[in-house]
Amino acid sequence: MARFFAKHLAFLLLTLLVVSFLVFTLNEFSPGAVARKMLGAYATQEQVDLLTKQMGLDRPLLVRYVDYLRAAASGDLGYSLRFKLPVKDVIVAHLANTAVLAAIAFACIVPLSMVLGVAAGMREGSRLDRAILILSTVVASIPEFALGVFLVSIFVVWLHWLPGTATLRAGGGWSVASQLVLPVAVIVLFDAGYVVSMIRASMVEVMQRPYIRTAVLKGLSFRRVIVRHAVRNAMLTPITVIMLQINYLVAGVVVVETVFAYPGFGRMMLEAALFKDIALIEAGALVAVFLAVTTNILGDLAYIVLDPRIRV
Amino acid sequence: MSTPVAADVLSASPPATARLRPVARWRRRLEAFGASRPAAVGLAIVLVWIVLAVLAPAIAPYAPNASDLTALAHPTPSRAHWLGTDHLGRDLLSRILWGARPVLVIAPLAVLGAAALGSLLGLTAGYYGRWIGAVITRACDIVLSFPVIILYMIILAHFGSSAWNIIGVLTLTKAPIIARIVRGMTLDLREREYVAAAKMRGESALYIMLVEILPNARGPLIVDMCLRTGYNVIIIGVLGFLGIGLPPPDPDWGGMVKDTYGMMMVWPHMALFPCAAISSLVVGFNLLAVGLRELGLRD
Repeated sequence: MARFFAKHLAFLLLTLLVVSFLVFTLNEFSPGAVARKMLGAYATQEQVDLLTKQMGLDRPLLVRYVDYLRAAASGDLGYSLRFKLPVKDVIVAHLANTAVLAAIAFACIVPLSMVLGVAAGMREGSRLDRAILILSTVVASIPEFALGVFLVSIFVVWLHWLPGTATLRAGGGWSVASQLVLPVAVIVLFDAGYVVSMIRASMVEVMQRPYIRTAVLKGLSFRRVIVRHAVRNAMLTPITVIMLQINYLVAGVVVVETVFAYPGFGRMMLEAALFKDIALIEAGALVAVFLAVTTNILGDLAYIVLDPRIRV
Repeated sequence: MSTPVAADVLSASPPATARLRPVARWRRRLEAFGASRPAAVGLAIVLVWIVLAVLAPAIAPYAPNASDLTALAHPTPSRAHWLGTDHLGRDLLSRILWGARPVLVIAPLAVLGAAALGSLLGLTAGYYGRWIGAVITRACDIVLSFPVIILYMIILAHFGSSAWNIIGVLTLTKAPIIARIVRGMTLDLREREYVAAAKMRGESALYIMLVEILPNARGPLIVDMCLRTGYNVIIIGVLGFLGIGLPPPDPDWGGMVKDTYGMMMVWPHMALFPCAAISSLVVGFNLLAVGLRELGLRD
């Protein structure tokens, strides 16, 4: 177990280093870039040079990178030009909003896709299986912004049941809870389609194994065969996929957040990228990678816990 | 499409396919498409879009960027504008038809790029193993662990967005997935007799990888490329929607939604039709992939 953690921790650190260096180089390779961004387009070259020197940005890239790492390690991630706040505060606030959205969506996706995936995969080729397979393929094919547009047309424009934006500020007569319905629905629909097809594929494979035949021939009820014998084994492979969804939910929901004007992490990164808010881009990329790699590790861990044959 | 006949042939003697002459084999395969309803439907949707995109200059009723100011008062669908116009009075039908062109060029090109780069990496990693394999695998893991959409935002916002830049980032970010698939298959295939035979003949490593191993790994690769094309269509749309896609004013489905989304409450059709267009194309590619996988399992 210690080796498992050491190996994964090393990979986590390696990834963080590589990514932070690449993003840092991309943004700060040309020495004047940062100062130019801070001073704006109308500053003279002289002013830019002066500030560059003052901030020590004329030193070699590697020196600055090491400095940056040192500051980051002590918790100082810089100052966001776009939000006029320390980067750490900006990220924490937006990440918390996204975590709420992601947690609700995740809580819906997992049971929903387990039920559908198992129901489809337990009798491959049955009418139920075909229906679920086609439906999940079609739903997973619709881009999130299109799903958002479709749902908004129905529930906001046509039926007037729900608000079209989720700014998390109660106002205009809509509660925060009602604001969350559509964003969560879009994420669940888009994501569940994919997870369902993974669970279905795994279930189909498990149902062909000899131990399932044995269980059936022993005279167990179909229900018992599915619940006690098939599902646990069928969940092994998809568990990694499911854990990877957390990664998607935190960083990939930028589209949903943009559609519904939700103040989350993804939209913050988009704004940072468009505004060239360098400190925020660098720190945000690190946070995103950190989350991605840790959920990967958690996925592997869950795999080990579920499968008694694997012991590290 | 003669569904029952093709299905019978397939289920009766599937291994016979291997012994047929090439022409007959291809005909058999084409017939087999009828045996899988998803494959047939998917292929039909994709083909319809390809035809529409190719014919766009001939069949689009208006120029894609021409605005009809008289239509601005009533932009909803009418006899003059079948799907209505957008907020600048540009004919939606024409823009949707023209918008199919960049998508249908960029998405497959990026998939081909990713397949070429990914196969090369995967073959090298799988064939040589040891430290070369380890380095490539690790590098791929790092790219894969990165939430790609954030990568796109950083890169495209930094370098500016153009068709070539989009093809570039899509190629770079999709290649590792393909590399992983190819590596897995290479690890298995390199132990086969025909690889050993080629080694005995004194063939070069490159020859063995490209001529002996790669063709035998093509099945899963083709299914995956089909899926990737669908995903790429989604991503191109998403980039357009986020404002970092193909530059305006030429029509791009995602960009069309972005421009008109704010008017959903008044004129939902402006965003709805481009959304329907992109969704149908992706559904086509994904059904095709599902169908191909089914056919592959039966082969």
